[in-house]
Amino acid sequence: MATQLIKGNSAVIIGALYAGCDCYFGYPITPASEILHEASQTFPKLGRKFVQAESEEAAINMVYGAASAGHRVMTASSGPGMSLKQEGISYLAGAELPSVIVDIMRAGPGLGNIGPEQGDYAQVVKGGGHGNYHNIVLAPNSVQEMCDHTIKAFELASKYRNPVVVLADGVLGQMIEPLHFPDEAITPVIDESWAVCGTKETKENLVSSIFLDFDKLEDFNYQLQEKYETIKENETVHEEYMTEDASIVLVAYGISSRICHSAVEVARREGFKVGLFRPITLFPFPEKELKGIADSYDCTFIAVEMSNGQMMEDVKLAIECSRPVELVNRLGGNLITLDQVMEKIREVASREA
Amino acid sequence: MAEKIIGKPAAIYDEFSRKGGAAPTATHYCPGCGHGIIHKLIGEAMDDLGIQDRSVMISPVGCAVFAYYYFDCGNLQVAHGRAPAVGTGMSRAQDNAVVISYQGDGDLASIGLNETMQAANRGEKMAVFFVNNTVFGMTGGQMAPTTLIGEKTVTCPDGRDPRFAGYPLHMCEILDNLKAPVFIERVSISDISHIRKARKAIRRALEVQRDGKGYAFVEVLSTCPTNLKQNAQQSTDFVNNMMEKEFPLQNFRDRFDEAEPLWRDESDFSKSAIDKLYSLEDNASPEAVPDKDFRIALVKIAGFGGQGVLSMGLTLARAGCRDQRYTSWYPSYGPEQRGGTSNCSVVISGESIGSPVVYESDVLIALNQPSLEKFAGDVKKGGVILYDATISGVEVPKNVRSIAVPAMQIAKDAGSVKAANTVMLGVMMELGDTGLPEKVFREAIEDTFASKPKLIPMNLTILEAAAKWARENIK
Ligand SMILES: Cc1ncc(C[n+]2csc(CCOP(=O)(O)OP(=O)(O)O)c2C)c(N)n1
Ligand code: SF4
Ligand SMILES: [Mg+2]
Repeated sequence: MATQLIKGNSAVIIGALYAGCDCYFGYPITPASEILHEASQTFPKLGRKFVQAESEEAAINMVYGAASAGHRVMTASSGPGMSLKQEGISYLAGAELPSVIVDIMRAGPGLGNIGPEQGDYAQVVKGGGHGNYHNIVLAPNSVQEMCDHTIKAFELASKYRNPVVVLADGVLGQMIEPLHFPDEAITPVIDESWAVCGTKETKENLVSSIFLDFDKLEDFNYQLQEKYETIKENETVHEEYMTEDASIVLVAYGISSRICHSAVEVARREGFKVGLFRPITLFPFPEKELKGIADSYDCTFIAVEMSNGQMMEDVKLAIECSRPVELVNRLGGNLITLDQVMEKIREVASREA
Repeated sequence: MAEKIIGKPAAIYDEFSRKGGAAPTATHYCPGCGHGIIHKLIGEAMDDLGIQDRSVMISPVGCAVFAYYYFDCGNLQVAHGRAPAVGTGMSRAQDNAVVISYQGDGDLASIGLNETMQAANRGEKMAVFFVNNTVFGMTGGQMAPTTLIGEKTVTCPDGRDPRFAGYPLHMCEILDNLKAPVFIERVSISDISHIRKARKAIRRALEVQRDGKGYAFVEVLSTCPTNLKQNAQQSTDFVNNMMEKEFPLQNFRDRFDEAEPLWRDESDFSKSAIDKLYSLEDNASPEAVPDKDFRIALVKIAGFGGQGVLSMGLTLARAGCRDQRYTSWYPSYGPEQRGGTSNCSVVISGESIGSPVVYESDVLIALNQPSLEKFAGDVKKGGVILYDATISGVEVPKNVRSIAVPAMQIAKDAGSVKAANTVMLGVMMELGDTGLPEKVFREAIEDTFASKPKLIPMNLTILEAAAKWARENIK
């Protein structure tokens, strides 16, 4: 099957085009800008709609407007821009609007720098804006998945009428790998049961997140929680590599999971029983699956992340602290190295021996 | 007061069922509030112009947050100040929709000023109705950008003092500096004679939308008797005497007749159109094949921006793809490159690649001194460094071969100094450290210059000249 060498950020737009995304709204920020560039170069050629918004706040609200019309629509950004979008994302969740947001994480806090990091985990996975809502969060780890997960994001957004975030980082955004182009292109169908399109058929519809009445808003909130439960049941995805007999289980997502994959191979060659557990959906987090491992094997977990233990907390929660959980991390734009992971593996192994 | 002169438009619901409560035909607005009158005028114009079905009303955050209780058309309720952005999204997505943004002075001129200006400046197809009552009504009477000098509000209890709070914002005048808007007018609804004029302006703004002609803005001087603590007469007088003085009523612009309708293209969702955009038919490599015996090659390429460092890495990656190897390329990006140097990592492997970032390389190619100094220490035992012969050289780690290649010279002799990167590729091809056969280097050059085919023969010549140099000069 044929491939082309494609940059991760461009792969996002390729996915979006084949997924039937009709509108792109964005604002430049390194290391996510090539998503905007690619959209500007492709969307208009296909009659699709592209606007360089005046800010990330404007962009996410343009998403709100186009999503209200039932169209497939997206935006992308990075750290500071994601922070600005949070109010809008809360409104999207509250109004139950299908929408796709791509976060190419960079190092923070504040202006930080443009190097890769995974420090937006808590903001994106736990909610980020105000209120009791969740994004569905997908974590690709290759250029291929940047494309495929974007397609999946549109599918999930429509299915659950919920914002979906593709959570990647500067490395995944900037790197180039061969991409196998999608085998089908989707022609989206507008759901007139709720969308507001400026047509007779949709005239009675209202897109809103207001519930003046406390009890009604409470009911709505519980409904949202039920939706999230359904999503947990149906959409949790993870990958395991050599966990069957592992006494050390690395837990990592995104670019960190690739480094851990290499670490598992090196460690196995050195005779350590190491495996990798890779969450692919971060919300829903593969809790049961991780707990299953903790229950079955006497193992130590090592959370490997480019953040300050944000994901590690979810690992501990998932396994109910039934096993030790260690942390290997880098911050500030630095990548985790194979050596760093190996050092920790050797340390944990020697302690256990 | 003046409400009687307006009948009940069809575009306003008979009963406000979304509001609920005991009085389904009463609005939620205070007695004497201007919002109700403005709603009716808009509803009436929607009727007259036959645009009710096409209309999408955007309710702001402010006392009109529940505008959707009243308008019998598609309705959106949105975040504070963001209505013009939401309207932009709606208008772009639904070309035929008549987008109406209804906003107060806090919403439009304070928190949403940027969105207001930018949507106007883009000439978005929307009618913006700006209800200026000089105060934040909904939140209990705080100062607004349009509060008059000396006017008392909760947050300027002694009256607005320009030394601390600046001056009233004149939105029509500000927007009138922009090229794109088609229609701009300021009106008042203080009494019957004013309402007649307001009706015309509102209608015009919606006519612009009916015909898809662009952006229209109507500022309506309105009343908030509750927060300004006025009775009916006082609030009429306040608008007529005080507000009008600061905000003169006038038409600023009416380009309805000249403006051309703007209808946007239909979206193409076909696979063939996207495939074509990416030239999938004639520009693709075969998929990688796992090969445990292939030794992974970690290559670092560094030099000045403009020396073709990144594109050289890509050509090498293309060669890897051509040989059906797993391949990745990762650049330095952003300010890292500002200082003038840039670098990239290329990994070529027989199995799926872990980190695409090369810390310790098998091959380092350095096209300038700083790069050689920076990365020479990271070359692995048994690795090789190729650097341009004009560089004075640095100390290299033990068990690392370092080769000074007259890359610039060879390139110059062959006709292009810029092609020093191709020389390095040719030397790499000859040395074989990447494990890739010669053939794929030539193919990769052809791929790289596919869009500038004239450059292919020269680069192939340089590739061969470099290989020849390597055969003759490297033991
Ligand atoms: C982000 C945000 N900040 C503040 C508020 C609180 N708030 C609600 S309405 C409003 C001002 C409304 O004033 P205006 O736009 O003039 O409308 P009016 O009520 O006068 O018609 C404010 C500050 C909010 N809802 N959201
Ligand atoms: S507070 Fe003022 S603006 Fe709000 S409804 Fe009452 S009178 Fe109208
Ligand atoms: Mg106001």
